Amino acid sequence: MLFPSMLRTSGDWFADFEQLYDRMDELLAGRSGISSIRAVGRGGAFPALNVGTSPEATEIYAFAPGIDPNSIDVSVEKGLLAISGERPEDHGKSAGSGNGSEERTAYANERFFGRFRRVVALNDDADPGRVEATYRNGVLKIVVPRRESSKPRQIQVTSGS
Amino acid sequence: MQPQSNNTAMQTQQPQQTQPSSGSRTAPSLLPPVDIFEDAGGITLLADLPGVAREDLSIGVDGRSLTIEAPLKLGEASSLSPVYAEVRANHFRRSFELSSDLDTGRIDAGLRNGVLTLRIPKLEQAKPRRIDVRVE
Repeated sequence: MLFPSMLRTSGDWFADFEQLYDRMDELLAGRSGISSIRAVGRGGAFPALNVGTSPEATEIYAFAPGIDPNSIDVSVEKGLLAISGERPEDHGKSAGSGNGSEERTAYANERFFGRFRRVVALNDDADPGRVEATYRNGVLKIVVPRRESSKPRQIQVTSGS
Repeated sequence: MQPQSNNTAMQTQQPQQTQPSSGSRTAPSLLPPVDIFEDAGGITLLADLPGVAREDLSIGVDGRSLTIEAPLKLGEASSLSPVYAEVRANHFRRSFELSSDLDTGRIDAGLRNGVLTLRIPKLEQAKPRRIDVRVE
């Protein structure tokens, strides 16, 4: 993890390396999980996304901590749901002692800052007119309901006479 | 440390025992990304902990080791079946070794929008001082 910035590409170029690093992280984290307070690490795509489906809707969870909910832009166009915005740099100046111009040494810079954009392809049965987005504890939850006509239904079989 | 007015100020639990070794969790935990800064007064640590509620966060100091631990809760419906996941664990955990010049008794913590801000002041005797050189 010497050059974390090299792995922070948006394309799939380093996808295999990312997977390798994920495996290594898992193995290393499983062993101790302890790192020095003056450590460096690695970031992935921001925000990380989890997607799940239920009979009623598709739910997308974007892990985007420390962002003003009003500055997050969620849009649906041609079956693509896009989440974009900007994470302003926050170095916890307010938590420091005295004035912010004080000299500071950085020992770790692992958190992501800057503009971000992630896109999710929606199913054909998604209803873009009723998308709901809520932000809580740094997680953006987007609920995309399914169209009524495509919800699973039980069809009664009647015996023909 | 300035009071964080709109912040959810939190009492640091301390001292706290680290979790018992027996029956420890086998699932891997998430390593939260952190920023760490040092100034003359101490160390500021910022950690991304999305999906963590204030009441679930635990910060433990054991000797010179600081451990941040918290469950990640999304509150998703039980009928939800995962389709795609980049976050594959539901538990954050990360430990740090603190140097001996830090005052672990006066750690201040705040959690807001999934970002933890920790302030660990330096011991008074460890703060930089200017020593006047006498001219004889």
